[in-house]
Amino acid sequence: MSDHHPHEETTMSPYAARIRAIEGLLLEKGVLTEPEVQDSIAYMEARSPANGARLVARAWVDEDFEELLLSDAKAAASQLGMEPEHPAEFVVVKNTPGVHNLIVCTLCSCYPRAVLGRPPDWYKSFAYRSRAVREPRAVMREFGFEPPEDVEVVVHDSTADVRYMVLPMRPSGTEDLGEEELASLVTRDSLVGVNVPRL
Amino acid sequence: MTFEPGDRVRVLPSAKPGHVRTPGYLKGKSGWIEYMIGEFPNPEELAYGHSGLPERPLYKVGFLQPDLWDDYEGHAEDYLYADVYEHWLEPGEGGTK
Repeated sequence: MSDHHPHEETTMSPYAARIRAIEGLLLEKGVLTEPEVQDSIAYMEARSPANGARLVARAWVDEDFEELLLSDAKAAASQLGMEPEHPAEFVVVKNTPGVHNLIVCTLCSCYPRAVLGRPPDWYKSFAYRSRAVREPRAVMREFGFEPPEDVEVVVHDSTADVRYMVLPMRPSGTEDLGEEELASLVTRDSLVGVNVPRL
Repeated sequence: MTFEPGDRVRVLPSAKPGHVRTPGYLKGKSGWIEYMIGEFPNPEELAYGHSGLPERPLYKVGFLQPDLWDDYEGHAEDYLYADVYEHWLEPGEGGTK
């Protein structure tokens, strides 16, 4: 195993060491090849929350695109040149003045990786996964967002074959902004629903 | 059995061991069918190297938060969706939004 990553020996955590050992075994036994591992890394690194921000900004300025995003999110992502292909479904849920959505995966860390890349570490934490379903409003408060009194909070627990992303509301005062400027307001946290975009 | 949007359902309180996609906090809880998402290979079989066939219907199921937690801190109208396979559901008497 150390053939591939000798320089990391001194700083590797026990978990990283275990993964390296498993990777080494899979390569040695021919289950995986090095190019496949590199392709997989490249695939994940080519994806980021910026993709989600582009989808949201386009939906804010183009009603037809918003409709497509909400009815067939993979088709919408493909239209913007993304490669959302993944065995799981991709569903976008819309925040409205009456409904605020929050995404969690209580069982593990399901996340729309094909579009947004890797989830943040807190998304995978036991604290977030257990508290998001039990006290979602308290969790959002800790992220700096207090859902208004008259808003229903809707939690989506991605327990199976669907990956969810939030379409947040366009902040007021952004009427004059272009699509690119709008996209810059859309944070990763707002795509999970723990916060909202702000001007 | 097949469910339609709006049907009240209860999640089976099964203690089935191994890989399941029904989280513990929903077992025995009642809610409603929002819609059928589609049919997918059964992940409880896929996890052990089987084909997962025949595919199983998967539903988006809604639950009122106060029906899940006795001490829910938010609003009585708050709700939660989870994606639950048909073989984990039976007819129930849950609240609905």
